[in-house]
Amino acid sequence: MSTNLTQAITANRLSDGFVVYLTAQDQWSERIEDCQSADDPRSAETLFARAQHHADSGQIVGPYLFKIVRDGGHPVPLSRREIIRTTGPSVGTDLNLK
Amino acid sequence: MYRYDEFDHAFVAERVTQFRDQVARRISGELSEDEFKPLRLMNGLYLQLHAYMLRVAIPYGTLSALQMRKLAHIARTYDRGYGHFTTRQNIQYNWPKLGEVPDILAELAAVEMHAIQTSGNCIRNTTADPLAGVAADEIEDPRAYAEIIRQWSTLHPEFSFLPRKFKIAVTGAPNDRAVTRGHDIGLRMHLDNAGAAGFEVMVGGGQGRTPIMAKTIRAFLPVDQLLSYLEAILRVYNQLGRRDNIYKARIKILVQNVGVEAFADLVEAEWRHIRDGALDLPTEERDRIAAYFSPPPYDDLSEDCPALDNAIDAHPHFAAWMESNVQAHKQPGYAIATISLKPHGGIPGDASAAQMDAVADLSEQYGFGEIRVSYKQNLILPDIPKADLYALWLVLDRWDLATANAGRISDIIACPGLDYCNLANARSIPIAQRISERFSDLARERAIGDLSLNISGCINACAHHHVANIGILGVDKKGTEFYQITLGGVANENATIGSIIGPAFDEWQIADAVETIVDVYLQQREKDEPFIDTYQRIGPDPFKEKLYATDQAR
Amino acid sequence: MPLIKHGKRVEDTWHDTDDFADVQALAALGPVLVSVEVWQQHRDAILALGSPIGLRLAPGQTPDLVAADLHYFAMIALEFAKFTDGRAYSQARLLRQRHGFKGELRAVGEVLRDQLTFMLRCGFDSFSVNTERQAQTILDTVAEFALWYQPALDGAATIPALRQRTVAAHRNTEPGTAGCAANWAY
Repeated sequence: MSTNLTQAITANRLSDGFVVYLTAQDQWSERIEDCQSADDPRSAETLFARAQHHADSGQIVGPYLFKIVRDGGHPVPLSRREIIRTTGPSVGTDLNLK
Repeated sequence: MYRYDEFDHAFVAERVTQFRDQVARRISGELSEDEFKPLRLMNGLYLQLHAYMLRVAIPYGTLSALQMRKLAHIARTYDRGYGHFTTRQNIQYNWPKLGEVPDILAELAAVEMHAIQTSGNCIRNTTADPLAGVAADEIEDPRAYAEIIRQWSTLHPEFSFLPRKFKIAVTGAPNDRAVTRGHDIGLRMHLDNAGAAGFEVMVGGGQGRTPIMAKTIRAFLPVDQLLSYLEAILRVYNQLGRRDNIYKARIKILVQNVGVEAFADLVEAEWRHIRDGALDLPTEERDRIAAYFSPPPYDDLSEDCPALDNAIDAHPHFAAWMESNVQAHKQPGYAIATISLKPHGGIPGDASAAQMDAVADLSEQYGFGEIRVSYKQNLILPDIPKADLYALWLVLDRWDLATANAGRISDIIACPGLDYCNLANARSIPIAQRISERFSDLARERAIGDLSLNISGCINACAHHHVANIGILGVDKKGTEFYQITLGGVANENATIGSIIGPAFDEWQIADAVETIVDVYLQQREKDEPFIDTYQRIGPDPFKEKLYATDQAR
Repeated sequence: MPLIKHGKRVEDTWHDTDDFADVQALAALGPVLVSVEVWQQHRDAILALGSPIGLRLAPGQTPDLVAADLHYFAMIALEFAKFTDGRAYSQARLLRQRHGFKGELRAVGEVLRDQLTFMLRCGFDSFSVNTERQAQTILDTVAEFALWYQPALDGAATIPALRQRTVAAHRNTEPGTAGCAANWAY
């Protein structure tokens, strides 16, 4: 396993508060698969600066970096909080599944 | 119940227009998130893990059938078909869209409801005894005073940017069902020697990371001087409360640092300047508001009800529900029915839109169209003729609303936890589900008797775990959820903060740990002694020994 | 800094300083605005200037500190270091209501449109803002509420007071119908 810390950017969309991820195309996607990741602190900083620009223009709210691992190419968050943010409430019924 | 007059209607309508403008300015980019956040919070709008969350006030926990149907309509139209009732007499919607929130507020205004000050560092929704007006032990209905406080505190020019949130609870009865000592200000009614009503004023209660029970700073405050006294307390707090550290900003810390007596002196000194002034409550205005809460037109019924007795004999499940969920009413021939929002394995406090509609219908069919929301995250039908209880129960059962567990171990208070909440460190709901399933056997739960179990997903203690007989606090240890147990908390008029029993358990051990605690209680109890009495008699050691005898905990 | 007073854009003629090294130079500048500490320390020198005097009361400083001196001040500035810091609202009400201060009461710092009504109701009558855009926003702000529940300093009749009047008027014309019966047919 790589010792490099891989990070991606997430935020909540202003219009509905939904969880979104910053993509390589400088868009925001609801799918974590679309996230652009950064393998070193420097590119993470660049990524964050781009995200902050979108926050300033009001598209999204509260962007931040979070840790992921690549599992067979798929980005998987490390923390439970971020896992729950990708999947929706773990107690989902048919009423509240994302 | 209270009805808006032209002034209340105009005010709430103006508030909706104002927020519509604020939302538009946020969406257009004129307002930054930093500027918008305190504005949206003062209208109950949070940004949570997955979406916005709108918290709607149910002032003093009283709803009409029409209002309940509106809550259902909002859940269906603007949300995902359900809502979550909270310990502080609010309902939360988990999925509203920012642009639609002004529309939701307009819908609420149409039925005399709002989300004003359900969040933010201001005076929050004032809560009251959920059994106000129907409890036999009551001196006077506290809701008139809660309504008077609601109006006085609404967009108060001086107290809208306090050091921290500020919660007030009122009860008119000696048996405290509103956890008044757990609030920034608790008001408990007493009569003086001449038989006049007044309030004992308690200040500085709160839970969170520093749980403290409120201290009495005035034993008796005549009711007509309520608002000037509250204004004096708030003015002292607004000036002296800490603003440099949000964990030390609540009034409880100020009271603790200054000392209760010195704090009382500060309040009294301030009050001397402003009492007997513009805030005095004219008797006519108090009577006008109190009249809205006068009793409904009860029928003259006999307290004896053979039909009910027959139904109890014939249906053990109904009998169990009668035992746990139905309380005596002050009016002969009537009863108070608790609708449990805690089905075994369900999400505590959640109700679907269809369930809300069903409750609204039942409140009209069998009661006077009134519904209460309780501290325990349950609903209450306050005025059911005893002869109708069985018919009511049959319908409730069809809607999965007849769980016979009010006050029992599976009547769990749980916060949304890490499944929804931005502040949480651990999940609460799955733990509540697991524990309630573990105790789903009716006979067993009945044998255990009255026992409160509350689960908070972080130290903010929204589920009031400190004052539960068994309190569970979720913590995060290096990315893993652990659950710390406190024992001995009490949430009534003898409110007590529980003590941590020992090292925390992981999510797979916690239900076993609760079961161990219950087993120790059942072995040690004398006769019909409830859990809390056994705990107070034998202390924590027998529980500790059993819990940590094996390597159950980490 | 752009200044709005009594609803109009005006020039800020106050000289904000705590530097009393050169009193003579200061005398030429006109109205001076000083902190409580400087006022207490250089009171005689400040009075000798003969200029209008303004006082800066910091958040957390109680108006009691200067209660006996208020007649010297033509203006008192209260600071909102952050708009979420609401201490100045209490200071303003105490100055106006308890101590009868009649001069200009100025809000400085993070003075934003959405808090303007609260400030007006607590007795502020001038607003120093950081940008021209903010000044214009404040000038454009229209009253969002016609009536309020609490008595404050805007002099407006409160909703409870108006209700009493309605009830009284009602009582005069239709005796015996005053008050409101409970309405159960929601």
